[in-house]
Amino acid sequence: MSRILVFTNQQEEGLSTGAKEALAFGSRLASSTGGEVRSVSLGPLAADGAKESISLGASIAYTISNPLLAEYDVELYVNCIETVFQQSGADILILSFDRIGKDLVGRLATRIGASAITEVVDYNADSEKLTWIRPIYGDKAFGEYTTTRSLVVVGIRKKSQNVDMPDETRIGEIIEVNYSPTEDMIVTKLVVKIQAALSDIRLEDARIVISGGRGVGGPEGFNELHVLAYLLGGTVGASRAACDAGWVPSNLQVGQTGAIVAPDLYIAVGISGASQHLAGISNAKTVVAINTDPEAPIFKRANIGVVADYKTVIQSLTEKLKKVLV
Amino acid sequence: MHIVVCLKQVIDPEITPRYFKIDADTNRPETSDTDLVLDSFAENALELAIQIRDKIPGATVTALCLGDEESEDVLRRALAFTANAAVRVWDSEWENLDGQAVGHILAQSIKTLGGAQLVLTGYQASDIEEGLVGPVMAEELGIPCLTLVSDLEVEEDNVKATIEVEGGYAVVSVPSPSIFTIISSETNVPRLPKVKDVRLARSKQITLLESEELNLDSERCQPGVKLERAYVVNREVACEVLPGNDGGDFAGELAERLLALKIL
Repeated sequence: MSRILVFTNQQEEGLSTGAKEALAFGSRLASSTGGEVRSVSLGPLAADGAKESISLGASIAYTISNPLLAEYDVELYVNCIETVFQQSGADILILSFDRIGKDLVGRLATRIGASAITEVVDYNADSEKLTWIRPIYGDKAFGEYTTTRSLVVVGIRKKSQNVDMPDETRIGEIIEVNYSPTEDMIVTKLVVKIQAALSDIRLEDARIVISGGRGVGGPEGFNELHVLAYLLGGTVGASRAACDAGWVPSNLQVGQTGAIVAPDLYIAVGISGASQHLAGISNAKTVVAINTDPEAPIFKRANIGVVADYKTVIQSLTEKLKKVLV
Repeated sequence: MHIVVCLKQVIDPEITPRYFKIDADTNRPETSDTDLVLDSFAENALELAIQIRDKIPGATVTALCLGDEESEDVLRRALAFTANAAVRVWDSEWENLDGQAVGHILAQSIKTLGGAQLVLTGYQASDIEEGLVGPVMAEELGIPCLTLVSDLEVEEDNVKATIEVEGGYAVVSVPSPSIFTIISSETNVPRLPKVKDVRLARSKQITLLESEELNLDSERCQPGVKLERAYVVNREVACEVLPGNDGGDFAGELAERLLALKIL
């Protein structure tokens, strides 16, 4: 039996996708091990996060609603989550290994003397010892890990879990934890924040993604991809090569470093298919590759391949689809 | 100013999946010498470290790598990038460390080297992708760590870091000393070392730090996770290459296939 605590980070519109994935994973694990899921939400809106967490499987939702926690700060959050973890008596702490989770997992595990396991996609509770399953070597293999310490902090790989439907009738208890973080704990000071989103559709949530790589040849070529993406209600991504060349902002990057996407349709334009790029699209349903090099590794991952210069294809494709769709 | 950049040697992530095999006895990839490279984010970190040093009079860069003798290749590469010093830490008992244990050992190594104002690492190595070493070192050294950093600007007592956040970027300021885990960006594309520097690097000294010199906590050197089983997954799919003679043909065929998916 395990007692599971899930950190449920919030965004403007409620729990983050990562938080919902972490709760789904925690709930599944709890039902396999006969355990129980609790959650921890931080910030002035923590009570809302707590209610949503309960609707997604938490039986007790801890909150620290101190206004200092409105803006994320790594030191503050580590201190708060550690405090709640100790109070909850949990032995498994689950976080999404998203942008914030990447700050927190290693810190918290070291702080509480736990094992740390990241990028987890599944578990196996059938054998004597719980094993954690995660991709290794850029998605070329899977590893099954056991932990050597009695406590464990788990980071869940983004886009790896099906999110549960909330059940508003579920009942749980909300506990405001008596802990007051202080201003002197804050080490990071925000200088400026730049919203660089080019479209309204978040890359990670998009059903259709059209990505360009080195073969697109420059920033101008991406205009054509934007036109097609707009027509299809999708969004534009890019390979690391295209981002590093400065053709598009880095936040469009799809791959191990950038966004991990799981769209219904992924069109790779002028992308060779480096391992680190493929690691970001392993859950894409249909992959189309357009590339001049028939030997490019992307064709090994693509369901549909076009061996041609994209310039001769994309515009014509956009026109043909426009006739049908508009 | 002393800048330490932590480097990791990894199996070449671009090895053709077909040739990628895992040895069932060791749970590790079957490798030959030629398959090993400097992790690419670590290389971005190295490039950034050198750029920062070149802007600050008197600053030095130490490249630090935990690894066996083979990993001296990545330290030679760092020296060819003009790192001022190269340090390797190793003990033959360290075959199966995890990110937490590595974080402890590297933190102790940095203390032994007299500390650092800036510590840079790659954000997540391409082999196991634990992404733990930077944050673990932060706890060990009691200093801040920012992850997913694409650029740094060093000021007197502070460092301004460009970090990736939801839907964009932020520039945040932290006091030094601090740790930063680096991602690739247009400003830290690794240089091509000069032939002269590559030649000089061959004769430069690589310092070996041994475990006895590091005041290690034996409990913290124990890995927190154990790889019980590893298996290769084949993600290759059968690709239908569309017929056609020109762009118009391809576009027509492709439009048909896409419409047949019934998701447009």
